Amino acid sequence: MVKLNSRIPDGPLAEKWSNYKSNQNLVNPANKRKLDVIVIGTGLAGASAAASLAEMGFKVKSFCYQDSPRRAHSIAAQGGINAAKNYQNDGDSIYRLFYDTIKGGDYRSREANVYRLAEVSNEIIDQCVAQGVPFAREYGGTLDNRSFGGALVSRTFYARGQTGQQLLLGAYQAQARQVKKGNIEMYPRMEMYNLVMVDGKARGIIGRDVITGKLERFSAHAVVLASGGYGNVFFLSTMAMGANASAAWQCYKKGALFGNPCFVQIHPTCIPVHGEAQSKLTLMSESLRNDGRIWVPKKKEDAEGLQKGTLRGGDIPEEDRDYYLERRYPAFGNLVPRDVASRAAKERCDAGYGVNSTGLAVFLDFKDAIERLGKDVIEAKYGNLFQMYEKITDHNPYKVPMMIYPAIHYSMGGIWVDYELHSTIPGLFATGESNFSDHGANRLGASALMQGLADGYFVLPYTIQNYLADEINTPRFKTDIPEFEEAEKEVREQLEKLMAIRGTMSVDTLHKKLGKIMWDGVGMARNKEGLLKAREEIRKLKEVFWFDLKIPGKIDDLNGELQKASRLADFIELGELMAMDALIREESCGGHFREEYQTEEGEALRDDKNMTFVAAWEYKGEDKDPALHKENLDFKYIEVKQRNYK
Amino acid sequence: MNLKLKIWRQKDPNTRGKFVNYRLRDISADSSFLEMLDVLNEELISKGEEPVVYDHDCREGICGACGLYINGRPHGPDSLITVCQLHMRKFKDGDTIVIEPWRARAFPIIRDLMVNRNAFDALIQEGGYVSVNTGSAPDANAILVKKEHADLSMDAAACIGCGACVAACKNASAMLFVGAKISQLALLPQGKIESNRRVMDMVAKMDELGFGNCTNTGACEAECPKGITLTNIARLNREYYKATF
Amino acid sequence: MSSIFTSSLGKKLLMSLAGIFLIIFLLVHMGINLLIVIFDDPMVYNKAAHIMSTNILIKIFEIILFGGFLLHMIYALILQIQNWVARPNRYNKANYSNTSFFSKFMIHTALITLVFLVIHMMDFYLKAKFGHAAEVIVDGKAYHDFASEIIDKFKMLPFVIFYIAAFVFLGFHLVHGFQSAFKTLGMDHKKYTPVVQFLAIIYSTIIVGGFSFIPVYIYFL
Repeated sequence: MVKLNSRIPDGPLAEKWSNYKSNQNLVNPANKRKLDVIVIGTGLAGASAAASLAEMGFKVKSFCYQDSPRRAHSIAAQGGINAAKNYQNDGDSIYRLFYDTIKGGDYRSREANVYRLAEVSNEIIDQCVAQGVPFAREYGGTLDNRSFGGALVSRTFYARGQTGQQLLLGAYQAQARQVKKGNIEMYPRMEMYNLVMVDGKARGIIGRDVITGKLERFSAHAVVLASGGYGNVFFLSTMAMGANASAAWQCYKKGALFGNPCFVQIHPTCIPVHGEAQSKLTLMSESLRNDGRIWVPKKKEDAEGLQKGTLRGGDIPEEDRDYYLERRYPAFGNLVPRDVASRAAKERCDAGYGVNSTGLAVFLDFKDAIERLGKDVIEAKYGNLFQMYEKITDHNPYKVPMMIYPAIHYSMGGIWVDYELHSTIPGLFATGESNFSDHGANRLGASALMQGLADGYFVLPYTIQNYLADEINTPRFKTDIPEFEEAEKEVREQLEKLMAIRGTMSVDTLHKKLGKIMWDGVGMARNKEGLLKAREEIRKLKEVFWFDLKIPGKIDDLNGELQKASRLADFIELGELMAMDALIREESCGGHFREEYQTEEGEALRDDKNMTFVAAWEYKGEDKDPALHKENLDFKYIEVKQRNYK
Repeated sequence: MNLKLKIWRQKDPNTRGKFVNYRLRDISADSSFLEMLDVLNEELISKGEEPVVYDHDCREGICGACGLYINGRPHGPDSLITVCQLHMRKFKDGDTIVIEPWRARAFPIIRDLMVNRNAFDALIQEGGYVSVNTGSAPDANAILVKKEHADLSMDAAACIGCGACVAACKNASAMLFVGAKISQLALLPQGKIESNRRVMDMVAKMDELGFGNCTNTGACEAECPKGITLTNIARLNREYYKATF
Repeated sequence: MSSIFTSSLGKKLLMSLAGIFLIIFLLVHMGINLLIVIFDDPMVYNKAAHIMSTNILIKIFEIILFGGFLLHMIYALILQIQNWVARPNRYNKANYSNTSFFSKFMIHTALITLVFLVIHMMDFYLKAKFGHAAEVIVDGKAYHDFASEIIDKFKMLPFVIFYIAAFVFLGFHLVHGFQSAFKTLGMDHKKYTPVVQFLAIIYSTIIVGGFSFIPVYIYFL
């Protein structure tokens, strides 16, 4: 029986992390050389962890499925990274960043973790600047900041609209330096297919070489997951095409608990779906909502005209436009948080007021802003975004209103970890988006980069030593032991099983079906009936998958379809777990909105009395229901309040 | 729209490749180029044939994974975009589209349109970084950077490592890629300290990897999806002379 | 330091330096040639040519000039071969990128220039050196009568056409070579690079025009 212990250090909130660092076990330099650590993934969390561990002297094996570690999807983050530097002298502090993050997460995250995150945020900026990340500057040479949703201060550091790229390249370069020094062995195009356990501890992985299709064994004293989020369970998301949950899912199946799987974030301003062939959704920066006004027609017949293409947005007179966010939330208007804006758009489209041919889009109109500020000002502010929009849609947003729709963007849930980022499997750690994270039920803008780098640069390299200090007497071991044999066999059998189906449906066809089920049943607004139905449909889909899947090519060869099929097999199972988790969470909080639990005005209604816990799921075997464990969240330093944006 | 595709198919690095013709019907003009290829691959799979292999990941123009040589231009007939951002409305109904992989000795073909760009990683490993260990950094505002330099540095840092510069260059030169990284770091005080060693090592590695030599033709600049300019190659030259003499 | 002779950037530096040297030389050469049409007296040119072939400083300069040519050619050849090797398999579809047009044909224009140069050397320079040219005596001193020889040659239409064509190709080479040399030297500037590019066109036009003017003038005289 698993017992959850978050292992939060004693002492006052502000001293927990320094107390921990003063008292943890460390590994001496001579022993570090004898210890191997496997890091899965090379995004912000993975690359920064690999680089930092290697700098300390550990021997690191770093894996990514892409052709180069620099391609990890952290690279796509646009806006910025938060830190409590208070460079703008606007009253920011570690406590304030901590408070905003807990509140933004709708009081479903762990106080001690979030405080530590806020604490190390400042060191991240120092580190990145020293690495040569070209952050935006003031004329005096100091760092510039911008403000972001959910905060009253300017604490976001940025490098144009490519902050994620620049931070990732900083970490990638730090990692490259260690590769050159021989402290990191880099394995690009090598995907993790299984976790190897020896005597109850994580001791290695089975990888599959993407090019040759060969299975390979890798041993280590500890395994660190930095494999990102699982948004692609919805098929259409802002995630990279290859982003997957399989590494985390293998760990779950080996006994690591999975925390809050139903918490996914939906971003309100993405470019709408254009048709069946659509493969991915593109995000438009949230900053657009500062000047754009969101609306749909008031009259049904106008909406129908737009859907048929007989009307254009500009044809609809001002009095027939419904600026529904301004109507519903007069105080915050178009600047309500992501989850609120997303749900409101879905509500209007579900009611039949969608404005494009699929009926799944709303207008984001800059007409008033252009009239008020002039085209030049708007161009200076959003020029690159407008250009990107036009490239994709062929519509000129200076002339016709933009069309937007919400899309899956980030997963707050993930592998359950304690204060040390240690999962319930000894020797298995999880960082960045792959763990159930510090974001509770909803993540604030510019906080994902902060968390990934906090984990990788400043938290894991310390906390992992507390575990490795007890491993110094474990010599490097060969991979020809039965445990590796067995783990490899499991993978081979699974792959052979997939290849042997020889049905008629392609992986993407089935993945799109899963995406539809998830979006309809486990998407922006959920209810008991819909969740039960979704779960049923996912089970049926699983049967279809294992009966009617078609994969061309060979097993021991470069085979993209087999690769995708293997990931989809895991997504299907994860999808079911998400539905179950959403079912038991009988409240609305953050990205999780249960229609049964809302206020009279249609706002999210939390149940702090019964639901202030982390849902951690334990795998119990094929075709068995997983077991639910609850980690109660204790708020000692913060007053739990209802969010209000009216 | 209906299209005729002429796609390079090659089993592995050692097998001779050839063009194979395909026909596609009813492609939406709003589809992206890669979505068009998805449709082709779905058709191939349904016929039991092996899909066309190519690299792609983020599909929003930032990861640098995708890269196809389309009708004589890396990333196709539009500027300042990657293939994944290219849309089918840039083509006409009935067009023949010729799709080739990046071709360079330093980028060997793996299969079909997928090439090995590890050479770029090897170049960065040779010195494309600032040697600073985690935890040893001073306060961020202790290092002041002129705004103009920060902006120029960011211009260079925007490189996504897709390899279009090498693919476009008639000499398969990597000098825009190397020049961009050298420039980014040379423009910042943090990077200046080891700038001499960096440029010598990276240039030596670039030569060793078998890239060609720059003739200031400007194809790289014309095809770079991030608009990185030849100025960075000039700065690479300056940095090199500074380190040499 | 030694990497100057072996590294890609070093070789390019040497090539561009030699190129700039040759660019200056071409101007001098053109100046002397123009003497033939500027002055009615052919002896002005003959005397200048005499100084060019006998003065000790000029002789030293000549060696440097040959060195410059050789350096420019040898490194061009090495770099070009490396460039070909860098792409063993060509594209099927020719590159369609928007680039400077003349830069694509540097090796071709260079080879045409080289052919011209070889003929020029055999026809003119060697004769001057080893004394097969006609002589004229002025003030008791013997001079090669290059002027008359040139004037004779330029009365032949095929020779005029060949001569001008060679310079047009050299001009193409110079349009790109001039500004490329500056870039290779690391000189690049938002304001001045367009100026250099403009100068490259002016310079190339002057060289082609200046050298071509002579045969045209003589032919129609």
